[in-house]
Amino acid sequence: MDGQLIQNPKIQVRNLNFYYGKFHGLKNVSLNIPEKKVTAFIGPSGCGKSTLLRTFNRMYDLYPAQRAEGEILLDGQNILDSKQDLNKLRAKVGMVFQKPTPFPMSIYDNIAFGVKLYERLSKREMDERVEWALKKAALWNEVKDILGRSGNSLSGGQQQRLCIARGIAVKPEVVLLDEPASALDPISTAKIEELINELKEEYTIVIVTHNMQQAARASDYTAFMYLGELIEFDKTDTIFVKPSKKQTEDYITGRFG
Amino acid sequence: MSKFFSDARLKRQRWLDLLFQNVTLLFAFIVLALLAGILISLFVGALPAIKAFGFKFLVSDAWNPVTDEFGALVPIVGTLATSIVALLIGIPVSFGIALFLTELSPRWLKRPLGTAIELLAGIPSIIYGMWGLFVFAPVFADHVEPWINDHLGALPLVGGLFQGPPMGIGVLTAGIILAIMVIPFIASVMRDVFEVVPGVLKESAYGLGATTWEVVWNIVLPYTKAGVVGGIMLGLGRALGETMAVTFVIGNAHELQKSLLMPGNSIASALANEFTEAVGDLYTSALIELGLILFVITFIVLSLSKLLLMQLRKSEGRQS
Repeated sequence: MDGQLIQNPKIQVRNLNFYYGKFHGLKNVSLNIPEKKVTAFIGPSGCGKSTLLRTFNRMYDLYPAQRAEGEILLDGQNILDSKQDLNKLRAKVGMVFQKPTPFPMSIYDNIAFGVKLYERLSKREMDERVEWALKKAALWNEVKDILGRSGNSLSGGQQQRLCIARGIAVKPEVVLLDEPASALDPISTAKIEELINELKEEYTIVIVTHNMQQAARASDYTAFMYLGELIEFDKTDTIFVKPSKKQTEDYITGRFG
Repeated sequence: MSKFFSDARLKRQRWLDLLFQNVTLLFAFIVLALLAGILISLFVGALPAIKAFGFKFLVSDAWNPVTDEFGALVPIVGTLATSIVALLIGIPVSFGIALFLTELSPRWLKRPLGTAIELLAGIPSIIYGMWGLFVFAPVFADHVEPWINDHLGALPLVGGLFQGPPMGIGVLTAGIILAIMVIPFIASVMRDVFEVVPGVLKESAYGLGATTWEVVWNIVLPYTKAGVVGGIMLGLGRALGETMAVTFVIGNAHELQKSLLMPGNSIASALANEFTEAVGDLYTSALIELGLILFVITFIVLSLSKLLLMQLRKSEGRQS
């Protein structure tokens, strides 16, 4: 299905298998992630959607018992290759987590931290970059007068947008969002979804979500996963209106999961 | 319901609550009473010496029981110098141990190493003292001190600290033994606080492309600073008050020396050595005043650590 579906893939997953120790977490998953679109992974808990997301920046490498087999091509280069420089990969593929994770430092430094890892900017350039990232994340107006305050002093929704700003400040190409709104109230969620919609102009976005309405609203393509397998991958409209697999239909109509 | 929560029963529960509250208050109050009691009795005991020597006691290096001339400078300097050496060696090593155990160690090595550190913390200090005197000091004198003399002794400014006969015992040796003694404390506290850093916080930093060192230095340390400073203070507290091990290896000489290789004295070891032979009220009183000074030093150190924490918190950005 997807071979023809995606014209210019940013990420190509080929026969990916993933293991947590002996547990087979992903079973022979293959799909293409389109560039500058929003792709959503949906499915019940434990289906492997977060696992798949975490292979794209090799976050699993932090944990010795976890390993991936197969190929993941980012711009045609296999990132599962042991020669892949992880820090460079992660600068290119940013990630935002379920719970907001502001670093224990000021709002300004939260943004500047990641930038400093790769670029030497003058004070003025850094100021501009911080402002740019905060504006992109629709947070600038709320924090421009309190940049010296601790990131922890913000509300949950603001913290999450701070984390998104921090992620885009390093100018990645892909942004991975792991249930970015599941710990937030509806208004903050709406802001995040709006933000996702704007970000796809420049970034390839992959979002894992529990919330099917969110996937329907915010994404262009949707992958449905179940028990470690990719069941169906198609345009979001097709998945939600006319899914081709029975399991997908059962899930989105709320019959299980 | 109404039968279960009858008036009499509720009354009795209120009374029990009150009793419980007051008993715990009493226990908590005992802490304050003990602190005040010890402080007062030290002060009363030290009063004759304070009257006789006044402020001069702090800056005089005299220590002559025969002529009743006493000054605290040598033990104060020895206490501070050994503790500083202990921390200079102990903090980086402990940090390295904790860093390795939490971030880098393969899983199978974590538990044996962790247990070994806890065992090391449990060794009685007299064993460290004996080992220091009979095993470490001779080796140190034969193999390390000549090297220190030749290399560090030639440095400008600090060279004087490292010149002297290679005797094996002295302030530096005491500092090193103290370092070995405080490392398990500092390292295990650091490891414990490093382990409570939320995984997602570290992942977020790794997710930006930070290296392990950058994550630990910029995220883990700031996040755990209260615990880390607390661990260091625990070690420093132990170093300042450590008696037996220091007594064995410091040399117990009441003479002010520029070099760390020379014998010196610390407050705690002066007390341990001399209380039994202290004849005369002034001698005893001078020793008690030493104890009071140790108390005050510990208090100052604790206050400084609180100040340091407040300073560090400022750098994190205002909370509101």
